[in-house]
This record gives sequence, C-alpha cells and structure tokens, in this order.
Amino acid sequence: MTAFLRLVVSLTCGLVFGFGLSLSGMLDPTRVRGFLDVFGHWDPSLAFVLAGAVAASYVGIQMTKRMRKPILASSFDLPSKKQVDARLLVGSAMFGVGWGMSGLCPGPAIASLALGLVPTMVFTATMLVGMALFALLNFAGPKGVSNG
Amino acid sequence: MAHYILPCLGGLLIGVSSAVFLALNGRVAGISGILGGILHKPTESWLSSILFVVGLVLGPLVYRSMLGTFPIVRVEGSLPILGVAGLLVGYGTRLGSGCTSGHGVSGLARLSPRSIAAVVTFLVSGAVTVSAMRAFA
Repeated sequence: MTAFLRLVVSLTCGLVFGFGLSLSGMLDPTRVRGFLDVFGHWDPSLAFVLAGAVAASYVGIQMTKRMRKPILASSFDLPSKKQVDARLLVGSAMFGVGWGMSGLCPGPAIASLALGLVPTMVFTATMLVGMALFALLNFAGPKGVSNG
Repeated sequence: MAHYILPCLGGLLIGVSSAVFLALNGRVAGISGILGGILHKPTESWLSSILFVVGLVLGPLVYRSMLGTFPIVRVEGSLPILGVAGLLVGYGTRLGSGCTSGHGVSGLARLSPRSIAAVVTFLVSGAVTVSAMRAFA
C-alpha cells in the first residue's frame, strides 16, 4: 500500500511541478534567454519563479527537519557531499553554457515534450544522450552523484 | 502585472511539489537527478522516477485543459545549436550533480553551500553565453 501511495505521490508531484513550470513562463526559451541577458534587454521576471519556489520549498524543508523519516519511505535520500569541488563547478559551468545557448534546462525540456515541437525534442534527445554518456563513463561511481 | 504574478504562482507550485515529494517520498525533486537515475540502473525507485517524469509531461496538458491554450514555447537557434546545447546540459548537470531544480530550488532551500556555488556558476555562465552569442551574431 505504501509503495503504491509513493507512486501516486510521484505522479502527482510531477504533474504539479509541470503545471507550475507551464504557469511560470519557464517553458518559453526566448523568455529564459531574456532572463539570462543581464547585459542586454534584461527581463528579470523569471527570478520570481526561483524566489517563489525556494520560499515554498524552504517552509517544507523546515517541516521535514522535525520528521525522523518521510511519511511514505524509510529514510530521506539527501545528498551527503558538503565540499565544493571541481566536478561541481565544471559541470555547472557546462550546464550554464547549454542553458544559455538554448534557453532550456531539464525540467522545461521534458515538460515541453507535451507540445510535440521538433526543436525541443531534438534538445531533449541529445540531453538524454549526454546523461547516458556520463553514466557510461562513470558507471562504477556510487549514486552519490545525484542531486538535481 | 501578470508578467510578475504568474512566475510567482508557478514558482510556489514548483516549491510545494518539491517540499511534498521530500516530506512524503523522502526524495529531492531534481529533474536531472531523476532522469539520470532512470538511465543509470533500475532500482526500487525507478518506477517512481518514471511516473514523476510522466507527470511533468502531463503538466502542460492539464494547463491547456484549464486555460484553453498551451503555455508559450518560443525556441530559438538552429537544430545543431540545440543539439550541442542538449549534450552540454545533459552531461553538465550530471557532472555537476544537479540543475535548476535540484540545486536551484531544493538546494538553495536547504542552504547547501554546494548548491549555492552551482547556482552562481550556471547563472554566470548562462548570462555570459547569451551575451557572447548576441555579440557574435
């Protein structure tokens, strides 16, 4: 029963997340690139997506800190690494370049598959190839390399 | 006004989704991590990850059924540019352990130093990339 409920929660959370992305404007690559264009015609409106999301998530995090375990699982699966290392910075810099080139990051790329547009499908396909390539080259690694 | 209110509302929903996913299932709602986990190997949480991704795609469809139209998606750039960008985003988010959701939403909310460093890094490199592309266009 708990296992089934976990699946229902996953589907529902994914849906709310995808609906939130749709409402927020994050699915529009042109607008995302306008947000990143701080030295040009900067459109700061999408900063409010991050602000709203972090605010709501922060309240949730504070609540979970008082819980010994999640309601439907045996333990919290949170990243344990604390050190800022070269992998983190190099990977994030690579991500930023791809994000700036396209205006797409993983969540909006997946959600916009619903519209069936060829350009976003091409992006999503090569994004998955990039992830699979990483998995291939790092197959021996523990799952400590998963966070977002 | 809607230009600022809708991002806030959408952001709140994204944050609530992340918080509920953590409180109930104990997992971080990080999209690149979820996708990477699906590609890595089937574990007990595999089906859960698949369903989260299915839900993500259903989001815009529910949006259309409620508001009568799909959200705006204006894609710029040629297919080769988008293809290279996809590779960088896919490999980079796995190497850097997260993307806008895992580091940006959940990580910042946890005040994680790694996530703060990651968010600053990808915002700066994203901004530099957009400016550089405009300069050379």
